[in-house]
Amino acid sequence: MKKILAFLLTVSGLLATTASAQMLINGAGATFPQPIYTKWFDAYSKVDPSVRFNYQGIGSGGGQKQILSETVDFGASDGPMSDENLAKAPRTLWHIPTVAGAVVVSYNLPGDPKLKLDGPTLAGIYLGTITKWNDPAIAGQNPDVSLPAQDITVVHRSDGSGTSYIFTDYLSSVSSDWKDKVGKNTSVNWPTGLGGKGNAGVAGQVKQSPGAIGYVELAYAIQNKLPYADMKNSAGNYIAPSIDSVTAALATATIPDDFRFSMVNPPGSDAYPIAGTTWLLVYAQQKDHAKGEKLVQFLRWAYTDGEKMAADLLYAPLPANVQERVLQRVAEIKY
Amino acid sequence: MPPSSDEPATTARSRPALPVGARWPDAAFRWIALLAALTIAALIVLVGWELYHGARLAVAKFGLHFLVSSTWDPVTDQYGAWPFIFGTLVSSIIALVIAVPLGVATALYLTEIAPVRIRQPIIMTIEMLAAVPSVIFGLWGIFVLIPWLRDHLFRWLQEWLGFLPIFQGRIYGVGMLAGGIIIAIMILPIVTSVSREILRSVPDLQREAAYALGATHWEVIRIAVLSYARRGVFGAAVLGLGRALGETMAVTMVIGNRPEVSASLFAPGYTLASVIANEFTEATTDLYLNSLFELGLVLVAVTMLVNILAQLMLRTLTSGASGKVN
Repeated sequence: MKKILAFLLTVSGLLATTASAQMLINGAGATFPQPIYTKWFDAYSKVDPSVRFNYQGIGSGGGQKQILSETVDFGASDGPMSDENLAKAPRTLWHIPTVAGAVVVSYNLPGDPKLKLDGPTLAGIYLGTITKWNDPAIAGQNPDVSLPAQDITVVHRSDGSGTSYIFTDYLSSVSSDWKDKVGKNTSVNWPTGLGGKGNAGVAGQVKQSPGAIGYVELAYAIQNKLPYADMKNSAGNYIAPSIDSVTAALATATIPDDFRFSMVNPPGSDAYPIAGTTWLLVYAQQKDHAKGEKLVQFLRWAYTDGEKMAADLLYAPLPANVQERVLQRVAEIKY
Repeated sequence: MPPSSDEPATTARSRPALPVGARWPDAAFRWIALLAALTIAALIVLVGWELYHGARLAVAKFGLHFLVSSTWDPVTDQYGAWPFIFGTLVSSIIALVIAVPLGVATALYLTEIAPVRIRQPIIMTIEMLAAVPSVIFGLWGIFVLIPWLRDHLFRWLQEWLGFLPIFQGRIYGVGMLAGGIIIAIMILPIVTSVSREILRSVPDLQREAAYALGATHWEVIRIAVLSYARRGVFGAAVLGLGRALGETMAVTMVIGNRPEVSASLFAPGYTLASVIANEFTEATTDLYLNSLFELGLVLVAVTMLVNILAQLMLRTLTSGASGKVN
């Protein structure tokens, strides 16, 4: 009896010491990369058991707010922070891209034909200037498809989301009309169409309404086997969205030193044009030495071993040239 | 009028003296009850103040114009609440118009007409409706209800009642009417169960008196039961309305989410609660966030106003006949 008691005491004592030694690093923000971040933190707990990461997918707005007020150790955002918000940071705050995703254009047409679209046509549909499926702008690009004389039902996201940011960023880059009248943001003043909540809401609306068009995340479209259009890129090729064509887009996008870049419509000939990245927000000078050290160690792991997990979860990993630049930035974090 | 019997006309006014020790439970209970009541009032004030505090930038920038402007543009930082107020009120009214007659009729059936042994199963079924999560109603709405409404009911309405402006325009399926119908289904359980409790509390004496006067079954229900329970049934409707105004998840999935004021019930709309839920997480600029807070403030104000209006209506409605068979 005494032995058992002694044993239990030792075990509980051991548990207590490990529990108190385990460091907790908190992060919050974007929901789009949450699956991969969760996977990373889980895998990393086996690499370094002394640190535990806690990530709350509260949305990019919340992520930016919390890192600015330093209530979390790192933030995450689907859109780059505005200059105005970045100016509120008490110290230099860095954007570090992690993975990229694509936005695909899905539709509901009889016979599920494979459509080809270019940017100006897509902008025309979402501006409400192209209202019929057999409009010459669409038919001209799809001579092999018999398009019905049906009204187009435009569907967009009703909730603020990184997906909408990438999509409106793309439309702004290909149509000056869109740029002037609507602009880019996580939610905008849509000129026409219905709003669906989340990827599921948009996909459901498209599936249920004959003649509908909508946009969803690539991962969601693949998992749910939705039909999607090949998009014309700036090199003039029609490219199907895939993890490879998104990584190709990342490889040719112009990336400034602060990493606050837009990768829509990049010049590469194999690049899919409607893609975007998601960022971690990290202070250049970490407040807490021990936490900063662990965070940097984790980031180094994430950009080497972690990136390999991206494709399984249908995110596009960073290409080698970007990965190298990001690792350099990680090495500059002081703690 | 017979002289009321509850007035103690002859008993002695002075209370019998109690020992001091026997009074404290009374006093304690009074204070606890007062505290509980005050907590609720304090909570409401706190919520209002917090919302105002969160909205102060938008209040200062847009003023009263916020309530009448129809622009909601996060890119240029221009915000107005009118389409959302309109959508909230219209969808709730549609819901009430459908749910109250249905709920009261169900309650009447359950208390006055249905055979006793099938009452309990029906009550359970209705109460189970209340246990279905909001998001399930929304998904069911998208995949089952909307296609049916679009291809049958809405088409039929447009064909036969298309001369009314509310049934004109393009049918998307999702829209104000679909939103109202979903809310109606969701508030049906509360309207039904509250009405049922009210109708059950109508004394049998009322019914017997009406029967004694030679009334038919329908006349008994109309004269003795419904008019007696009018106040309570109205209260059930107000409770349902409160629910309808704040309903978020299911509504946003079927209402179309377009901030637009349109005469047609087939056109998409948007509600205050839905836009807050949709846009709050990704709002990054201060003014945007403040405007969303102000929408919350407007929702609280709309709910209060509607409740006050309902109280006033109730007073004028019941100021006439006493509603008793006498």
